[in-house]
Formats: sequence, C-alpha cells, structure tokens
Amino acid sequence: MTLSMETASIDNEPTGETDTGRPARPRPVLWISAATVVAVVGLWGLVSFYALVPPLFLPSPLAVLRALRGLATTGFVDATLVQHVAASLSRIFGALAAALILGVPAGLAIGTSRWGKGILDPIVEFLRPLPPLAYLPLVIIWLGIGEASKIAVIALAILPPIILSTASGVKSASADHINAARAFGATRRQLLVHVILPGALPSILTGTRIALGAGWSTLVAAELVAATRGLGFMIQSAAQFLVTDIVIAGIVVIALVAFLFEVVARSVERRLVPWSNRR
Amino acid sequence: MSMLRLENVSLRYAPGDGRSQAPLVLDRINLDITGDDFVVVIGRSGSGKTSLLNLAAGFLTPSSGRIALDGQTLSGPGSDRAVVFQDDALYPWLTAIENVAFPLRLRGVGRDQRLKEARALLEHVGLPDAADRKVWELSGGMRQRVGIARALASHPRFLLMDEPLGALDALTRVRMQGFLLDMWQASRAGALLITHSIDEALMLATRVIVLNANPGRIARVIPVNFARDYLAGVPQSELRASAEFRRLHDGLTGLIHSEDEGVAA
Repeated sequence: MTLSMETASIDNEPTGETDTGRPARPRPVLWISAATVVAVVGLWGLVSFYALVPPLFLPSPLAVLRALRGLATTGFVDATLVQHVAASLSRIFGALAAALILGVPAGLAIGTSRWGKGILDPIVEFLRPLPPLAYLPLVIIWLGIGEASKIAVIALAILPPIILSTASGVKSASADHINAARAFGATRRQLLVHVILPGALPSILTGTRIALGAGWSTLVAAELVAATRGLGFMIQSAAQFLVTDIVIAGIVVIALVAFLFEVVARSVERRLVPWSNRR
Repeated sequence: MSMLRLENVSLRYAPGDGRSQAPLVLDRINLDITGDDFVVVIGRSGSGKTSLLNLAAGFLTPSSGRIALDGQTLSGPGSDRAVVFQDDALYPWLTAIENVAFPLRLRGVGRDQRLKEARALLEHVGLPDAADRKVWELSGGMRQRVGIARALASHPRFLLMDEPLGALDALTRVRMQGFLLDMWQASRAGALLITHSIDEALMLATRVIVLNANPGRIARVIPVNFARDYLAGVPQSELRASAEFRRLHDGLTGLIHSEDEGVAA
C-alpha cells in the first residue's frame, strides 16, 4: 500500500513523464497540489484582508490581478505587458539560437574527437560553474548596455549545458547503429548527420530544456541591471517606485512563462524523440 | 565470383594493459567464402564467433594474418559486405521503410526510387503493411526482418549475419530460415552466419564451421547439402526427418558438447 502510493506520487510529479494510456490513478496528487495553491492564495488574501501586513509590502491578490489587467492594457514605463514579455522572449530565443548554433557543433567536437575534447573541455569547465552575473559587468564593458550584452550573457549561461548534453548524447550513441552505417559505406559526414546527431537528439533536447530554465533566470537578472524593457526591468522599475502589486504581478508572469517553457519543451521532446523512453 | 578470404587470421584483445600477453581470441583461422557459399559458424559462447564476423565486416583488424576481398586486403567496413546484427540496430528515428531505404540514401539514390525498392523488400520479408510504422512499435521478430531487408537493400556481395534469428519465436524462425535461403539464392551474395543453433546451422549452411573455444580455432569443417535440397524444392520438414540430418545433428551435438565437458572438467 505504502509502496504503491509512493510510486503514484513519483509518477505524478509536475515534472514527471506522462503515462500514456494508463488509467489516471495519480489524480489525488494533482488535487492536493491544487488545494495547496488555493490555500496559499487564500491565506495571502486573508492576511491582506485583515491588513496584518501593510499593502505596500503585500498587496492583496485582487490588487495584483488589477495590476495585471492594467499592465496588459495601459502598460508600465512606456510598454505594455505584452511588449515587456516580448522583449524578454526575443532575448532568450536569440540567445538560445546562438547557443545551439555554437553549442551543438562544439558538443559534437568534444564527443567525436580527441582534439575537440582537449581544446574545448577546459573552456567549458571554466564557464560552467561561473554565475552569469559574475561576468555580466565584463560583458557590458565589452558590448555596451544594448541587446547584444544581454543576449551574450544568456548565451554564455546556457552554452555549457547544451555542449555537455550534446557531447554525452554523442558518446552514448549505439555501437551497432554506427557499425551498421559504416557497413553500408557511410562517410564520416554521413555518419555524423544520419546516425550520431539523431541518436544524440534526445540528450540535446533534454539539455536544451534545462538550459532554457537556467537562461530564463539569468535573463531576468540581466534585465534588472541594464535594460529599458523586459520583465526584469519592469519589476526593477516598479520596485523603485514601490509599486509592489506590479512587482508581484511581474514575478507571477515570470513563473508562468518558465512553466510554459517546460510544458512546451516536453511536448517537443515527445513529438521529436518519442522513442527515447522506450528502449 | 566474389571471394572473401581469411588467411591465418589471429586476433588478440588490445595488448598493453600490463599483462605480458593479451589473450588470444582467434587462432590462425583459414576460411574462403565465395558468392556460392552459405557458411555457418557454430560454437560455444567465448569461441570468438562474433569476433570472426566483426573481422570479416571490417569492424576489427586482425592482429596477424590477412583478410582479402577478391585479392584486395580489407581496409575497413564497406557496402560490399552488409551486416545483420543480433540486436537489430535499426534507427528508431526512422520508419520501417526509411530504415530499409537507408543504405540507398547513403548512396544518393533518389527518394522515390529508394522507397520503391524498400517497399518491394518489405514485401519480400512479409511486412508489406509495416512500411510507415515506427520500428519501436514493431515486435522483435518484425524488427529483425526489417533489418534483413535493410541489409539486402545495399545489394551486398556478402551478407554477414550475427545470430539474426536468435530473437525470433520457433515458428517464425523456421519460416525465416527458408526465407533467408530464398533471399541468399536470389541475391547471389555469399553468406556468413553466426549461430549457436545446430538445427539452424544444418538447415542454412552449405558448409558448417565448428569453432573451439579458448582460443577460437576451427575444429571441423562439414559440407552440408540440406540448403541446396531445400532450394531444389524439398520441404524443410522432410529434410529434418531424414536420417542424414539426424546423424549430422547428433554428431555436431557431440562435438560441441564434448568440448563443454572438457572445459568443465
């Protein structure tokens, strides 16, 4: 009994895999999670209703909702919510594109060649443990406070997970898969394009999903420092004017976008690499 | 007629890990395979039979001796020798028909042409309806048939098979034995097949090679005629029931079994 309940709760973690076709026994956990959300918001509402905390520190849930509606219609500091979100999204996807263009070939090089590994390993291992905000000032000195520096910082932050997941996907390629193609006369390039790369795709996608999460937190932090638009900037300006409801609304939006990333990334994985959890 | 020749081929595991002498896997193997042959190598596990196939495929290089195709020393794998793997080694990101068409794609055959050939091959292996299915949706037996169709798609001069029927159920296995012989005859490719099934060896081979273990050495070469009889129209059941088949089966069982006991003692 205990065992089966544990299994159910593991299955149903919000980040867990979908269980295709199985009857939905794990539902109770979802209910518990929903109840938790309702309880937290309810408690928050009660605290602000009885004015236990001044609204300056904790505006009511309703005030935050109103702030959200205001953000969506009239906006805040010269931009609507959609424009702030769009600014942030364009930065993160610009950085993601750059990181994939650089990182996937770099990972392939590490995974397939001793020279590639020898040259790139120290660079990746230097970059990987660095907090992005540590090199943000340097990047601003180099690239200025425009879009380039923000995109560069995010790209640097998400490069290591993409490189490392690509390399590990390449290394885990099945020897039979490679040998079969070699026996059919595949050239080195064909082997890379038709066998090693698709074989590494599940790992690359997992790395990208993790990188996207890391990139999103870096982005918001980067926008706190230097930006004229974007969710991080919006929160920062609101905080300077003590508009706490907008600060909280901004935080909620950031969390929602991050959650959406996760959902979309997982559905992309299911669509592109449906075999990866089967064999 | 193509000829794959192994001359005094020995194989040691990679030396230099502190031991004075790396263990010998295969010891002075001499073997000729022509386009007429269906050579079946049988032996206990540890006899190096899979290593022998990997050498012929070009995945391994002999420690000494020489492997030549039509007089030309092998320099690695090539599309003149297709390999069917024990584990099917199909590409899960491709559908069944795309897997079969894969060797043609590597060779630059146009999409329509290669899919047409692949579809014909899938029909040959009895899977006309599996074309557009994902290979991970297919049963193990179906996957192996797709693997054989894929090997044939490259029109190889030699077909190298590492226990290709090992994963199939008994009934499918018998049917696939007949199928393999039909395809072998039609493709005019020489065949080298590794197995641990005496029945399979006798049904498929024109020559059975018995390998001893530790190190792998050719213990016996037995010419067999059941495959040709089958292709001439004699049903498998009749061949299996013949006194000759039973005699050879008993003989091979004794040969392989006695070595087992020798090692155990």
